[in-house]
Amino acid sequence: MQTVVSQTSPPKKSFLYDPKVRGIFYQVLLVVIVSYLFYVAATNAIENLQRAKIASGFGFLDNTAGFDISQALIQFSAAGSSYGDAFIVGLLNTLIVSAIGIFFTTILGFLIGIARLSKNWMVAKVAMVYVETLRNIPLLVQLLFWYIAVLGPLPQPRNSIEMGAGFFVNSRGLFMARPIYAADAWAIPAALVIGLIGTFLYRRWASARQAATGQQSPVGLVTLGLVVGLPILTWIVLAIVGANPISFELPRKGTFNLTGGMQILPEFVALLLGLVTYTAAFIAEVVRAGILAVSKGQTEAAGSLGLKPAQTLRLVVIPQAMRVIVPPLTSQYLNLTKNSSLAVAIGYPDLVQVFMGTVLNQTGQAIEVVVITMAVYLTISLVTSALMNIYNRRVAIVER
Amino acid sequence: MSTTVDIPRFVQAKQVEALPPPNLARGPVAWIRENLFSGPFNTILTLVVFYLLYVSVPPLMKFLFIDAVWSGTDRAACRADMGGRETGACWAFIRDKISYFTYGSYTVSERWRVDIFFALLAIGVGWLLWLRAPRRDLGAIYFFWLFPVFSYILLTGGNADFSGRFWIGFLILGALLVALLAFLAVILKASLRTALIIGGGIVGVIGITLALMDMDFGLRHVPTALWGGILVTLLVATVGIVFSLPFGILLALGRRSKLPIVRMASVIFIEFVRGVPLITVLIMANTMLPLFLPGDMTVDRLMRPLIGTAFFASAYMAEVVRGGLQAMPKGQYEGAQSLGLSYPQMMILIILPQALRIVIPGIVNTFIGLFKDTSLVAIVGIFDLVKTIEASRIDPNWAAPSISLTGYAFAALFYFIFCFGMSRYSLGVERRLASGHKR
Repeated sequence: MQTVVSQTSPPKKSFLYDPKVRGIFYQVLLVVIVSYLFYVAATNAIENLQRAKIASGFGFLDNTAGFDISQALIQFSAAGSSYGDAFIVGLLNTLIVSAIGIFFTTILGFLIGIARLSKNWMVAKVAMVYVETLRNIPLLVQLLFWYIAVLGPLPQPRNSIEMGAGFFVNSRGLFMARPIYAADAWAIPAALVIGLIGTFLYRRWASARQAATGQQSPVGLVTLGLVVGLPILTWIVLAIVGANPISFELPRKGTFNLTGGMQILPEFVALLLGLVTYTAAFIAEVVRAGILAVSKGQTEAAGSLGLKPAQTLRLVVIPQAMRVIVPPLTSQYLNLTKNSSLAVAIGYPDLVQVFMGTVLNQTGQAIEVVVITMAVYLTISLVTSALMNIYNRRVAIVER
Repeated sequence: MSTTVDIPRFVQAKQVEALPPPNLARGPVAWIRENLFSGPFNTILTLVVFYLLYVSVPPLMKFLFIDAVWSGTDRAACRADMGGRETGACWAFIRDKISYFTYGSYTVSERWRVDIFFALLAIGVGWLLWLRAPRRDLGAIYFFWLFPVFSYILLTGGNADFSGRFWIGFLILGALLVALLAFLAVILKASLRTALIIGGGIVGVIGITLALMDMDFGLRHVPTALWGGILVTLLVATVGIVFSLPFGILLALGRRSKLPIVRMASVIFIEFVRGVPLITVLIMANTMLPLFLPGDMTVDRLMRPLIGTAFFASAYMAEVVRGGLQAMPKGQYEGAQSLGLSYPQMMILIILPQALRIVIPGIVNTFIGLFKDTSLVAIVGIFDLVKTIEASRIDPNWAAPSISLTGYAFAALFYFIFCFGMSRYSLGVERRLASGHKR
């Protein structure tokens, strides 16, 4: 017995109804329009640049800068440095304010996020008011507030406010002790690195041992000893054997000015304060959402297994909350880095202020400068989001 | 035979006295004990918070209200050395400058036009945000077409003075477009009427818009250089939302498209814009836009940041809309396709109305971000609210110690009221949508 399959071909249609043909048509149309726009823009730009007698190409990066930058982490002088050096100075300034900002805003943000979930009514409400206020006011207004209204009225250097432990505050910024490194000071960071590696190995060994035998090891104590103890021990040993590896030069109060020590620009302080307090409000919400995302059943199950509240938090709630927290947390870190470009409003020499401001104005090479600056931010974002994708794949819940 | 009942040892032999009732389970004292002083750690925490409030709130209240100067005509009111009080906020400064903060340097006799713009904006926003408003489809047409055109005419004075050649060119292009659509309809054997309606509709809408812009309503021309303050802040925000929503929807559809080049172009645009700070986009619009245009064409200085913000907001809006598109159950797409709807019909009639509805909170949140970001146009020299405050702050006529702080407090209050209001609205919508799903 055979089933006869009817072999009638479908009715013939115009190829114009073929979705593939239409798809190709739309895409070709898009490519043509976009290329045309680019072509027009490029020809206009070339013509305009020639008329304005502005050079093009990246040769300007080697030209002498001819301006000073108030905060430079590398050697920089108006006469001896090029625009390329100015770019690096600006980039480093952006990175350092972002890195320090991320460190402090994480601490503050987690504290406030946990405070918002506190059973203490008062603490929860104060945290809520903080978050709602800071989130709903533009960062620019907050930066101007910190820079002009708070740091502006600080006294002249001769009337510096002494805060103890070698800290002084005046209208030129924050002054503090400057570390002076001896020749063998490298041993201390080396000890720290060894401590970190040791901790990592010890933790792996400890968790393998616990998995195999069920016995726990004093991980916390060993970590503390390796990470904090080892560098301090190195320091003490070096100080006993030879000269003190790190000594501090304290700022001294003269008649008119402070001498010595390390100066931190008021612009830096204002930018840091603004970024940290603003971003912390967002991080607090991320943390709160992450903790709330762990279902109550998890806490109850942990309790019925006999875990103590602290253990429940550390072993059950936080690892699961982190899965929810980390992706939006990274995007907040990126936001902080991008927002550090508001430095231009208060004159902190970050990448945008130095490169898109001064260098752009001096050279007039708008296209090159804008392209370089955007490429920097774009690289930072893309690298971070690539890392984030890897992380997400690693922590993703593996379903059956 | 006597049976002794074996009483197990764990059974009480005699009545135990009842425990006293928990002495305070409700009432304010119990609440305070439960929520503020339950245990030593909490008690310490509460005391610390009380101390922090004690340190911060009274001085703030003192500055903002008790010691504040409410009236005065110049700096004398807010300076101790000129007979005033200088410890508190100088609200007299804000009162004196409020019209500058609202309109910038907009021609004084023409400011009623700005007021009408504010009113039109309020009507449009209210119409769209009120979920049960009548005829919200008309509201969308009003907000995305009529309102921008009217605002343009009101604020600039209209009368764009297009030349005769421009109109002839426009008519030829329009006729060509209609003819092209009709031609396509014929070779695809589709309905010729539909093609003519669509083509005529597009040309008609653009034509009416241009004609309105060209018409002379007898309004005086006010150059954009004079605009400022809250007017510009709201204008930048409005232009951002009016352009970013449609453009963001297109980008989101592009990113979800099956056509590789369309998808790639959308992804590149979205990720590029989201990867850079707004300020760089604004500086780019400011310095590079004039380079890309033919030499005799200039872009209005206010127009440049408007274009920059519109693009910037579109990328963020696209991601929000994409979230909504992805949240739609696949059955909705399949259902629409099995009914034989074409892609545009499926999107316009089935998917987008639902997807946009569930992302209203996300759209409002993006808009809050956009509204705060409008302050950045101050950095490229546009006189928005922040810039007008910066300019007034250094006015020698008002040189007093508390002026800066007062100005920033005013700006903070202004932004806070708008953003907080919007975030409450978005929370309310979220709750409503959630309850709708729960049933």
